[in-house]
Amino acid sequence: MITLPEVLSLAALLFCISVAGIFLNRKNVIILLMCIELMLLSVNMNFIAFSHFLGDIHGQIFVFFILTVAAAEAAIGLAILVVMFRSKESINVDDLDSMKG
Amino acid sequence: MIEQIVFYLFSGLLLLSASMVVVMRNPIHSALFLVLSFFASAAIWLLLQAEFLAITLVLVYVGAVMVLFLFVVMMLDINLVKVREGFARFLPVGITVAVLMVVAMGLVVGSDYFLSDTYMAIKSVGPDYSNTKELGMTLYTEYLYQFEIAGAILLVAIIAAISLSMSKSKVNKSISPEDQVFVKKADRLRVVKMQSEQKTKSGGSEA
Repeated sequence: MITLPEVLSLAALLFCISVAGIFLNRKNVIILLMCIELMLLSVNMNFIAFSHFLGDIHGQIFVFFILTVAAAEAAIGLAILVVMFRSKESINVDDLDSMKG
Repeated sequence: MIEQIVFYLFSGLLLLSASMVVVMRNPIHSALFLVLSFFASAAIWLLLQAEFLAITLVLVYVGAVMVLFLFVVMMLDINLVKVREGFARFLPVGITVAVLMVVAMGLVVGSDYFLSDTYMAIKSVGPDYSNTKELGMTLYTEYLYQFEIAGAILLVAIIAAISLSMSKSKVNKSISPEDQVFVKKADRLRVVKMQSEQKTKSGGSEA
């Protein structure tokens, strides 16, 4: 019998791993996008866990919409990455300083 | 009991592959480990009786999004040495933040609150229960407008991705109407001053 805190702990650990990944791979935009996908996955796991343990289907509907938005985000992010590589010949975040931010 | 063993097996697999995504040197290996972590979480979602979304995760993420990632990784010629710079430098900061977040989330998640009877309202379902059917009944009635907005978002994403990545180089000889409208007389006609021609003895003309 799985309990709710077990699934929530798993999702929390997954989220922390992806946050650490964003800190560690600050040079590589592709890995950053992958870490964002992992974060969305852990959030989805929370929604599914609550949907299961509360006996409520609406959590799964939310996961459906999050999957839609995540797919759109990945497509646009990778398109931006390709355009960036074409103009700068690198995917390093530090090279993106032309706006002096 | 068997349920718990399967859950812990796939949780371990998920956490292991997620950490491999973060620490792998080669982005292709990271992408492949991300595929593994999606498979592991799809198995956990199956355990939590979200069958439709588990299959959707495998089809949409592994089948479409991760293939897109792999395409992009293989298309770009990345300097791996340069990309890995600063990994060791940010290691203490990253681990500190991760441990702090684990502690903070553990305090919330580990409390007895989530063990109360409110969170034990698991539906007991028979063998003829269909998760897909129930999801569809809710999605196409209560959430119909939101569903249509999701379709519009996907359309916008398609248009944005295509228009961003389309190459600007001219491949055909199509005319551009705005240039035709703004053309001046000086762009088309050039008046050249030159000497009038003179007859020579040979009868030919010299400029």
